[in-house]
Amino acid sequence: MTFGWLPGAVGDIAHGAATTILLIAVTTLAGTLLSILGAAGRRNGPALLKRAIAWYVEVMRNTPFLVQLFFIFFGLPSLGVRLDPILAAMLAMTLNMAAYTIEIVGAGLDAVPPGQTEAALALGLRPRQVFIKIVLPQALKIIYPALTSQIVIMMLESAVVSQIAVRELTYEADMLQARTFRSFETYFVVTLVYLALSMALRRLLVTGGRRALGAGVS
Amino acid sequence: MFRKQKAVAALELAAVPTIKSFQKGNNMTIHSTLKSSIAALVLGAAGLGLAIQAANADALADITKAGTINVGVFADFPPFSSASADMSLKGYDMDVAQYIADTLKVKLNTVAVTGQNRIPYLNDHRVDILMSVGYSKEREQVIDFAAPYAPYYIAVIGPAAMMVKGKEDLADKSIAVNRGTLEDTSLTEAAPASADIKRFDNYNSVIQAFISGQTQLMVVGNDVGAQVLAKQDALKPEQKFQLLTSPSHIGLNKNEDALKKAVNDAIAKMLADGKLDESSKAWLKTPLNPDNLKD
Repeated sequence: MTFGWLPGAVGDIAHGAATTILLIAVTTLAGTLLSILGAAGRRNGPALLKRAIAWYVEVMRNTPFLVQLFFIFFGLPSLGVRLDPILAAMLAMTLNMAAYTIEIVGAGLDAVPPGQTEAALALGLRPRQVFIKIVLPQALKIIYPALTSQIVIMMLESAVVSQIAVRELTYEADMLQARTFRSFETYFVVTLVYLALSMALRRLLVTGGRRALGAGVS
Repeated sequence: MFRKQKAVAALELAAVPTIKSFQKGNNMTIHSTLKSSIAALVLGAAGLGLAIQAANADALADITKAGTINVGVFADFPPFSSASADMSLKGYDMDVAQYIADTLKVKLNTVAVTGQNRIPYLNDHRVDILMSVGYSKEREQVIDFAAPYAPYYIAVIGPAAMMVKGKEDLADKSIAVNRGTLEDTSLTEAAPASADIKRFDNYNSVIQAFISGQTQLMVVGNDVGAQVLAKQDALKPEQKFQLLTSPSHIGLNKNEDALKKAVNDAIAKMLADGKLDESSKAWLKTPLNPDNLKD
C-alpha cells in the first residue's frame, strides 16, 4: 500500500467532506421540518391531504433512491425544471428522508398519551400551542434515537449523489481513484473519513437533542 | 487481542480525538462497537493488502487453463460495444474480443466495466484484458498496452446554435464527460479554469445530461456521439472540434509478456486477413486506414 498521493489529495477530500456535511445539514433541517408537518397533516389534516401524504410515503419508500435522484436530475428538465446537481441532490435527499421520518415522527405523536392534549386544552392553550409546546417535544424525545439513526443513514446514502456529478466525498474519492489508480488506498481513507463523520454527526445530534429537548435523550 | 487493542489506540489518537472527551454513560456501547469496527477494518485492510500482493501469475496460462478469457468492455459505448436488439453486446470491440478468444481457442466472457472502475478491475485480475484503452502516461505506470487496434478521437459536441470553435470557447460552459476516461483527462488539461466540467459515471449519464440540457456541451469519442445524436432533432447537436486523436489499445497487466504477444499476434492476423477492415466497415462505416492506428 502506498499513501504518497495523500498529502496532495487532502484538499480534495476536505472539499468533498464539506459538501457532504452541507448536504446532510440542509437535508436534516428541511427533512425534519417537512416530516413534522407531514406527520401532523396525516393525523389532523383534511381527508385529501391525509391520502396524499400516505401516497407520498408509500411511493418514496418503495422506490430506489437512485431512481428518484435520476428522475429529478435527468427527468424534470423535460418538464422545464432544470436544477443544479447540488440542488437536485438536496431536493432528492430531503424528499427521500422526509418519507421515512414522517412515519418516525408520526409514531412519536401517537405515543404521547391523549391526556396530555386534554389537560393542555383544559388549561386554555390553543390547539396550535398544544401541538408545538406540549405534544411535539414529548414526541421528538420518544423517537429521537430513530430520528438520529435515519439522519446518519441519509448521510451515508448521500454517496449516491456522486452519480449526478455533485462533488461530495464519494465523488472526490472516485476522482482520486481514477487519477492515481490506487483504489484500495483511496477508498480506505474515505471509509475512515465517513466513519469519523458519522460518529461526529451522532455525537452532535445527541448533544443538540439534549440541549433542545432536555435530559434523557440519547 | 493485543494487536487489536493497539490498533484501536492508534486510531483514537489519529482520527477521532474529539469523540473520547464526549464519552460518558449510556453512549459507551455505541462507541465501543464503532471502535472495534475500526480496529477490524484496519486489521482486515492489512490482511487484504498482503493477499493482493501475493496474487501474481502467468495470465496466459491461467486463461488457457480456465478455458475462458475475461474481457472488460463498456456496455454503453456504440459503435464499439453496446447492447443490440437482443440485449447482447455488439460492436467493433466485441468483434476484436471474439477474434482474440477464437485465436486462443477459449470462450469469451465479457465483463461490463466503467471508465473509472476498469483499471482496478484489471489490476485486481477480475478481467484479463481491457478493450478501448487510450494511451496516457498516468495509465502506463499501472498497466501495459498491447497493439493499437481501433482509430479513436475525442470530440467536443454541442448544439448547432452555440458558437464553439476552440479550447478558449469552453470558458464558462458546462461540459459533461465520463469520469476517469481519456476524455476526462484531456478535457481537464485543455479547458480553461472557468469551464464547469461535470463528470459522470458512464457514457449513458453523459449523453443524458447533455440531451436533457443539464450541460451545454459534452466530450465523447468519435462515433459514440454521432450515432446517439443523430436522433436528436430539437437539439441539432454537431461536432465542434477535436480535442485529441489517439488510437485505442488493448490494456493488460504489467509483466504479462506471453499474453501481450498472443494479443499482438491476434491483432496482426486480424489486420492481415482483412477481418479488422470488415469490422471497421460494419461498425465505423469507413474502411480501416492503418495510419489511424499510430500513436
